Amino acid sequence: MRLECVVNGEPRDVAGVRESESLLQVLRERMKLPGAKNACEQGECGSCSVFLDGKLVCSCLVLAGQAEGAEIVTIEGLADGDALSPLQEAFIETGAVQCGFCTPGFILAAHDLLQRQPSPSDAEIREALAGNLCRCTGYAKIIEAVRVAADRMTT
Amino acid sequence: MASANVLAGDQLTRTREGIGERTLRPDGTLKVSGEFAYSSDLWAEDMLWGATCRSPHPSARIRSIDTSAARAVPGVVAVLTHEDVPGRKTYGLEEPDQPVLAWDLVRYQGEPVAIVAADHPATAREAARRIVVDYEVLEPLVDPDEALDASARALHPAGNVVRHLSIRHGSVEEHAGTADVVVRGEYEIGMQDQAMLGPESGLAVPDGDGGVHLYIATQWLHQDLNQVAASLGLEQDMVRLTQAGIGGAFGGREDLSMQIHACLLALHTDRAVKMSYSREESFFGHVHRHPARMRYEHGATTDGRLVYVKARLVLDGGAYASTSRSVCLVSGTFAVGPYECPNAEIDAYAVYTNNPPCGAMRGFGAVQVCFGYEAQMDKLAAAVGLDPLEIRRRNAMRTGGLMPTGQPVVGPAPVEEVLRHLQETPMPEQLPGDGERLDQRELPGGVANVTRGEGLRRGVGYAVSIKNIGFCEGYDDYSTARVRLWASHGEPIAEVHTAACEVGQGLVTIHAQIARTELGVRRALVRPADTTVGNAGSSSASRQTVITGGAVKAACEAVRERVLELARERLDGDVEADDLILEDCYVASRSRGPLMPLADLLGEQVIVEEREWRPRPTLPLDENGQGDVHAMIAFAAHRAVVDVDVELGLVRVVELTAVQDVGKALNPLAVEGQIEGGTAQGMGLALMEEIRVQGGRILNPSFTDYLIPTIVDMPPVRVEILELAQPDSPYGVNGVGEPPMISSGPAVMAALRAATGRELAHVPARPEHLAGLSGELSWR
Repeated sequence: MRLECVVNGEPRDVAGVRESESLLQVLRERMKLPGAKNACEQGECGSCSVFLDGKLVCSCLVLAGQAEGAEIVTIEGLADGDALSPLQEAFIETGAVQCGFCTPGFILAAHDLLQRQPSPSDAEIREALAGNLCRCTGYAKIIEAVRVAADRMTT
Repeated sequence: MASANVLAGDQLTRTREGIGERTLRPDGTLKVSGEFAYSSDLWAEDMLWGATCRSPHPSARIRSIDTSAARAVPGVVAVLTHEDVPGRKTYGLEEPDQPVLAWDLVRYQGEPVAIVAADHPATAREAARRIVVDYEVLEPLVDPDEALDASARALHPAGNVVRHLSIRHGSVEEHAGTADVVVRGEYEIGMQDQAMLGPESGLAVPDGDGGVHLYIATQWLHQDLNQVAASLGLEQDMVRLTQAGIGGAFGGREDLSMQIHACLLALHTDRAVKMSYSREESFFGHVHRHPARMRYEHGATTDGRLVYVKARLVLDGGAYASTSRSVCLVSGTFAVGPYECPNAEIDAYAVYTNNPPCGAMRGFGAVQVCFGYEAQMDKLAAAVGLDPLEIRRRNAMRTGGLMPTGQPVVGPAPVEEVLRHLQETPMPEQLPGDGERLDQRELPGGVANVTRGEGLRRGVGYAVSIKNIGFCEGYDDYSTARVRLWASHGEPIAEVHTAACEVGQGLVTIHAQIARTELGVRRALVRPADTTVGNAGSSSASRQTVITGGAVKAACEAVRERVLELARERLDGDVEADDLILEDCYVASRSRGPLMPLADLLGEQVIVEEREWRPRPTLPLDENGQGDVHAMIAFAAHRAVVDVDVELGLVRVVELTAVQDVGKALNPLAVEGQIEGGTAQGMGLALMEEIRVQGGRILNPSFTDYLIPTIVDMPPVRVEILELAQPDSPYGVNGVGEPPMISSGPAVMAALRAATGRELAHVPARPEHLAGLSGELSWR
């Protein structure tokens, strides 16, 4: 199967994709974009989150064929060149990153939230990130990171 | 602020980002941009994918293995069985009793029987499914008490007892009669999973000369090397290991998983081979926390002082030994908790069964017993009419106090202090009473709840933990560090090289902070960990910051000595030797300020020093379980506040407070992260985390059915850090990682008991237990 789509603003054309491959597998193994992580591959942990035509999805639950003609944004496409996004900066500064395996998914889910709700309450932050698992941090610093980024982006 | 950082009359500033500062992770930028290379992200030209064929039975005899159908799958390059293991056919951390690939017997569901390499991961998995293994299915032995029985079928040649640890402290027999109050309890702890998010994975690359280079997510490179080389039948210098990015560990990467398999396939095919487990396979691919059955009896005086403690602990080690011996030691030696008790009789057993193998997980044996002794302390408090804090205070371990092994706690033992902090922490607000508007999100069950809080009860509980830091029982615990100092473009640069594994805890940050403080540089680099430098020991037992930190500090001091020697020569005796320091890229005098830029002094020279560092030595136990088996001891405590819907058995943890003595917070940001994260894992064990095993089979090998706390489950955590310097430790630091995991769950259980008035003997407490709808202990 051949897959044509736009990833992080660049047109991509990949041949030889198996019909059974997920978007996650194609991103990681065929496009060399391993930022979407393979923690559970059953839609429970949010580590593989990407934007598919602007919508936050678990790329492990999307067949590669479903991404035909779509615009995809991964964690690799969030920074503006060398300048990290406010969320990326805040995750580092607040200590929200430990092993970091969940981090790309959390940042994309938080990015999705802040696009909808620029000044979220803690309850709204929790609700928006409820589909992402982190095993290291206990989440306190992740909530703080989202608060810090939201403050910076609205002032 | 500024004045504290300015030295020697305004001319010299203190080196920034040294120890004690909230320094940020050096790998942070890579991790937030998706560019950090985890072990499952590795890739090599023309590489193959490995897959594993595993036993579906917890106990069976292998009659034959037919790999022909698997070999016939297009794209398959190799299919290997036990016959293809050229060296030692078994491995194991403490006892090599686990087959690399099974022959004759399989002893647990998921045991590897054969491995495949193919050009696509789906092809490799498909071929693994087509391997035909003819099994004679045997009745699995799954009850640990039955396994202990002398008449039970022996699962290993030496029988089913991995270890029986017997501790006799004082004399229970002589003093039991003097106890005014006796409380008894039986408790059961379920099997917890590390649930590290990064799957077991790695890349093995043949080196072209018969050797292999393995890029791997592990907790202990040199122990992996020992085991891998032995099974490959290669000299150790033919096998090289480099740490790949690690997505969490928590004990789950202490034992081998795919290491030998990937290397076998790579050497057999002469191509790079990548293996990466799925989440389901991961549940079968690593050891778990030992389930425990614990029977306790505490005797005390009417004023609540402990007279004696009797404990019988049975840890289910599952099919292979892994670290069961050491886990049993830790459970047994800390069975009384952070309390002084003159008489103790403790029998701890680790046994083989046909259940999933169990081994290391954060807290390592100290977790299970904390649920037991803390439940007992609460029972005792109720029996003598004291509050939970007071009964603990009256029995609190103090510096110099004896543990049941007869070993005194030589460092700080701030049990009274942590209790005082918990007492002084204000209580969170109660939910509004009847008639007032409730936010559904703040009720147990959250937005999925079906009540309006009619059955709501609040409970508060406390727990204190005690745990050893570092290896025990006479093991030669040490680490190695190599430090290099040179100048480039007018800037001094320090580089730290160790084999210590960064698992997320922030070791790389700490090493750089130590180098900056000791060598007065701004730029400190940490090289990737590999086996071209000496052993660092495991990233476990909360030991790396102390022990590898100690080695890094020692190597830095040796480099500094040489630099200062150079400086004295250059300054021609113009300065007192002990007046010289390295600070903020200068060679400086304490009294006169900067003397010369460090880079100028170094010129073209590269200074390299390597050092080992050892904590206080430990000793084995004698036949009565007495001896100084532990190096350092750490304490932490929690208060849990919960709301329970006692009709539905639903829980909302309102708030957790953690107090921990860390000796010295080398990086407060990272220390907070360890305490918050450990607290979450402990809460998870109390409320939801259990691998359900029936007849030796795992019922819930997925994140759909094995639940870990989400951001919605996790309440705010108040963190209080005490810094009471440890003796004989670099900067007075103590281990940080495990203690917060230990007392958090027991505090939640105590709060649940307070809210429901129920016994809650099984951990985790399930909704049916909280609502009083079912029995709790599996054995009755």
